Amino acid sequence: MADIVSTKKAAFTTEFYNSLFEVADGEKIKTCLQCADCSGICPFGYLMDFPPGRMIAWMRAGILDEMLENDSIWMCVSCYACTEVCPKNIPLTPGLMTRAKEELLLAGNIPAELQSALEFSQRYGNSLGESPRKRADWATGLDFEVPIMRTAKRPVDVLWFVGDYASYHPRVQETTKAFAKLLHKLGIDFGILGPEENSDGDSQRLAGERGLFEMLAEKNGKAFGKYEFNEIITTDPHAYNAIKNEYPQLGIEYLVRHYTEFLAEHIEKIKPLLKENRKIRVTYHDPCYLGRANNIYDAPRTLLEAIPGIEIVEMAHNKSTSLCCGGGGGGMWLDGFQWEKGKVRLSDWRVKEAVTTEAEVLVVACPYEPPRFEDSTKTVPGAEKMIVKDILELLVEAMG
Amino acid sequence: MTNIVAIVKMVPDLVEELEINDNGTGLARDWLRLIINEFDNHAIEQAILLKERDGGEVTVIAPEAEGVEDMLFTTAAKGADRMIKLTSDFAEDTNNHALARAFAETAKAFQPDLILTGVQANDDLDGPVGPLVAEYLGMPYVGYISGVMIEDGKAIVRKEYPGGLIGEMEVVLPAVLGIQAGEEPPRYVAISKVRQMMKTTEIDEQEIPELDPSGGARINRMYLPEAAGRAEMITGGEEEIAAKLVEIFKEVGAL
Repeated sequence: MADIVSTKKAAFTTEFYNSLFEVADGEKIKTCLQCADCSGICPFGYLMDFPPGRMIAWMRAGILDEMLENDSIWMCVSCYACTEVCPKNIPLTPGLMTRAKEELLLAGNIPAELQSALEFSQRYGNSLGESPRKRADWATGLDFEVPIMRTAKRPVDVLWFVGDYASYHPRVQETTKAFAKLLHKLGIDFGILGPEENSDGDSQRLAGERGLFEMLAEKNGKAFGKYEFNEIITTDPHAYNAIKNEYPQLGIEYLVRHYTEFLAEHIEKIKPLLKENRKIRVTYHDPCYLGRANNIYDAPRTLLEAIPGIEIVEMAHNKSTSLCCGGGGGGMWLDGFQWEKGKVRLSDWRVKEAVTTEAEVLVVACPYEPPRFEDSTKTVPGAEKMIVKDILELLVEAMG
Repeated sequence: MTNIVAIVKMVPDLVEELEINDNGTGLARDWLRLIINEFDNHAIEQAILLKERDGGEVTVIAPEAEGVEDMLFTTAAKGADRMIKLTSDFAEDTNNHALARAFAETAKAFQPDLILTGVQANDDLDGPVGPLVAEYLGMPYVGYISGVMIEDGKAIVRKEYPGGLIGEMEVVLPAVLGIQAGEEPPRYVAISKVRQMMKTTEIDEQEIPELDPSGGARINRMYLPEAAGRAEMITGGEEEIAAKLVEIFKEVGAL
């Protein structure tokens, strides 16, 4: 019996190892130097029993099955910090760490709070457990109409993929409304899917639920296919990453841009609308899925620099070394679990760093961030007066 | 080897606001979403846990409804051996008496040792399903169960009482149990496993030729809670309030 078990265990490691080659550049795992840079840069590496480097070592020793009994991999927030520093360019985040979470999920080793977010995503098409019928309710109260494709019944120039948090989270809805106002002011011909839109599924994918991701992607693909538009834009870097890099693998191919890229292109039209403003010192937080995952660092800064009176100061960790807010890869749905493990929040670290810049405003460009950072400003000493705002909110305010 | 049957149903999902139909006798179905009854989901989990612990077979029976197939394939992915979808003329006014008769008739064929079902559901207008099924099958029923052990043809069950009390009791099998909570919360199964089940397993359809709703309540009117100013605040000293209360009780014939 013991022999059978150990053969089965060894088979797991081999199977797991081979499955890594299916990810783009997956073969590079063979070249791991065991330098441990990945485990060192990982914001939660010190709390993980299996940070990436050690996982590879155990895999090489053929005993990785022990990982299945361990839940510390759920500390991974898919922030791409490890992938960014790997000298051999191994796709650690999209490959190794995501595959590991998939195996944990299949083995039933999944924190309860993550489970409910996945069930909500499956049932309602959003991870917050909100009514799909109310997906466009954020737009009520605006003094202009936000066209919903199904009822507008006409082609549009840009299809705005709003996303879960931007649609439903009361704080993020403010950012969403700011973008709507901006599009309206710029005279952009746009439309949204409303109740036909589903979660982009990217964070569910990175939390190990590949099947759910595919299901959501297929639903969105179907909705995209019903309408005519030239490109997709979104305020959500996670949706952007999914539609740009993952959907095409499922045959869903559309041109997509993050709002920072889209607006940077329209910057000359925006500038005349921005009024003289008081001097204001801000620091910008690079979201993982805009920055490290997709190399967009300049567009957000171009927009900020256009606002009169704004002075940008960089935090010590900026651009490719930016610190994660803690929301990626399922982190949005693991706050309690991660707190139990580490008694620490990544958003607190980031806000502490923002405090040292003496900026008035911590500027963001991702819907995960305002609620996370605002929570931290309530507890981090010295951050009591710090304001968290999306670039969009600053732009609209500057328009007076 | 315990032969377990779980009887479950889909109920209105409260994520959407409920609306009353034009007749004023039931819920408007246009936007109504359905979801597995939460307590039934615990009954399924308990059935799977028993199977994993002691062996046995799990059969899940559910009446046809929107989303019921996805739910049944999910239970298959959790470990259920057989899934049965009851088909009939399930009009929206089908009551629990009719459902319980259909469940009892279908379950009987499997000669179950144990029938598990949720202790209650949000659409139980004429009493919960469990005791009715037990009555039609002539089996004992115990409700509010949060733990089950099978031993020598008996079930040792943990029954919850108000005030945090737990009673442990023996039930002779076969029996029907109304599950308040499974010993573990309902597990998550990856969508890939559910999709695999859709390809490799089948749901058995069983036709219920005629539904018998007799014994259930007839709904005259269904309506949303109405805000009204019917409350009267009684003020004054203790003696005064007591005297006023006695007067009111007499007035309405309660004294």
